[in-house]
Amino acid sequence: MTFMKSLYGATAALALTAGVAAAEPAIIFDLGGKFDKSFNEAAFNGATKWATETGGTFKELEMQSEAQREQALRRLAESGANPVVMTGFAFGDVLNTVAPDFPDTKFAIIDMVVDQPNVKSVVFNEHEGSYLVGMMAGLASKTGTVGFIGGMDIPLIRKFGCGYAQGVVAANPAAKVILNMTGTTPAAWNDPVKGAELATAQQSQGADVIYAAAGGTGIGVLQTAADLGILSIGVDSNQNYMHPGKVLTSMLKRVDNAVYEAFKEGVDLKPGINVMGLANDGVGYAMDENNASLVTPEMQAKVDEAAAKIKSGELVVHDYMSDNTCPAATF
Amino acid sequence: MDYATLLQILDSTLRLATPLLLACLAGLYSERAGVFDIGLEGKMLMAAMASGAVAFLTGSVWLGLLAGIGASLVLAAIHGLASITFRGNQLIAGVALNFLASGITVLIAQRLFGQGGRTPPLTGDGRFGPITLPFADALKDVPIFGPLYHEVISGHSFLVYLAIALVPFTWWVLYRTRFGLRLRAVGENPAAVDTAGVSVVGLRFAAVGITGILCGLAGAYMATALQAGFGREMTAGRGYIALAALIFAKWRPVAALWACLLFGFFQALALRPDVVEAVVQVKIPVPFLDALPYILTVVVLAGFIGKAIPPRAGGEPYVKER
Repeated sequence: MTFMKSLYGATAALALTAGVAAAEPAIIFDLGGKFDKSFNEAAFNGATKWATETGGTFKELEMQSEAQREQALRRLAESGANPVVMTGFAFGDVLNTVAPDFPDTKFAIIDMVVDQPNVKSVVFNEHEGSYLVGMMAGLASKTGTVGFIGGMDIPLIRKFGCGYAQGVVAANPAAKVILNMTGTTPAAWNDPVKGAELATAQQSQGADVIYAAAGGTGIGVLQTAADLGILSIGVDSNQNYMHPGKVLTSMLKRVDNAVYEAFKEGVDLKPGINVMGLANDGVGYAMDENNASLVTPEMQAKVDEAAAKIKSGELVVHDYMSDNTCPAATF
Repeated sequence: MDYATLLQILDSTLRLATPLLLACLAGLYSERAGVFDIGLEGKMLMAAMASGAVAFLTGSVWLGLLAGIGASLVLAAIHGLASITFRGNQLIAGVALNFLASGITVLIAQRLFGQGGRTPPLTGDGRFGPITLPFADALKDVPIFGPLYHEVISGHSFLVYLAIALVPFTWWVLYRTRFGLRLRAVGENPAAVDTAGVSVVGLRFAAVGITGILCGLAGAYMATALQAGFGREMTAGRGYIALAALIFAKWRPVAALWACLLFGFFQALALRPDVVEAVVQVKIPVPFLDALPYILTVVVLAGFIGKAIPPRAGGEPYVKER
């Protein structure tokens, strides 16, 4: 009996020290999955970058269903992981209830503001990045009509579309922007067939550049645009390589930087709201050898000029989520 | 709305209706034989993954198609084993297959390619290309019919034409062959079929097998013709819409064609809210258009448009009296 007791004690002590010594950071990926070639994959790349640079290890968890959210979060927090980073607005409500239960654990949430003393909220100025790719679309379009295909119809995606429309109109005031959403349920993130049909429908209306902000659905949009011989614009990660010479550019959302920073700060993670915009390289557009032939130096110069104005505050891109209206488009 | 827009919508309708039609015919064989199959979705998903993976690995879309049919047949065999041989609940077996397919497709694709449960993009011979029907280009300038033939009827992949050809074929099999008569009988009154000395189990397995083949075609169409590869959950509920179409068509093959075209038309309309608004002069929310197939099915089930009577022995495993 005493032996057993000491054994338990030893194990517990060991577990405790292990927990303290490790204090591994952890990351939870949202339903799109770790390798969505987009948002979650960017987060994974940031975590991997931290791991290779520091030689550390991190815990990770991929969500399989909506119902797992709270459980997954609690389990990681209980396991001693610190900080716990989660990707996606959908964690907002859950984190609001879980965070107070683990006052000694630091949390970071991307794409959502959660007002708790131990939570760092990272939000992106997607409208600024979308504005730049919108300008590029407006400059590249020969028909004067460009398209936008969003995933699930939520304010965040409208923010993408609204910034894009503003950029298009800034580059070509006469341009027409066709806006479509794939659906109203989470299935809208994973329906490449519908994305493809939407792209075909937009092409038939004259669109020759289509911006897809739709997760896995966007893969279908990019594919169809390449099949139809029109240009597309990727989102979140650099998707230019998917169809070289056919993807005009990609709106970069540096989720990788956000995750990397959070992991680097570790247990000293600073709570509060962190806005990642053009000014601090949180968003941008992608240039590489795959789209070099599509973007002329003049186009790039104009876009860079606008980027400089946004950074300096001279040009303000309207944020859809600030008042749920858009000056350049109606949803 | 001008003629060109209408043609574009009809073109889109045909593409979107094809997976529904193949899945709907698949369900028709199974349910007419008395085996309810809610697992159409899972079989399509499985076939989409297998065809995408094999077409990429071998570079041949035909091998991909075969693999898709094979994978779908495996699930059909499990469904048959559970609900015919072991007389399990057909609906539960179907739901279980959907869960199985949802998970295992991503697992296999991730293991093979490491691209997040996606199969790599297919190019060239790895995909079904569009087929230009004879005279499509010559007739292009004929008024009215020319553009219709050129834009809507011509220029689809092989599987679209196969799916449409399967409708009269299914009608002929069901209503003009001995096999079809027995198949329908086994869904209405299996005891009578058994008394006549025909194997109920054998007939039902044959029906479930045909379901597997057709679902395989549907899945392969999505992964290798509409798209260039498999993505997780890419069927996005089309198996369920096909079931709704089956009820809407009251389990008849030709009606199934019209039901699937109608549902495909609604889906195509949902892609063009601007056209809908221009025609009806009122802004109709896109989700409403998306929900129309289900609303119509409920209307039919409620008995407003004729009466939808399922095969009488459907859903019940056959037990010989002792």
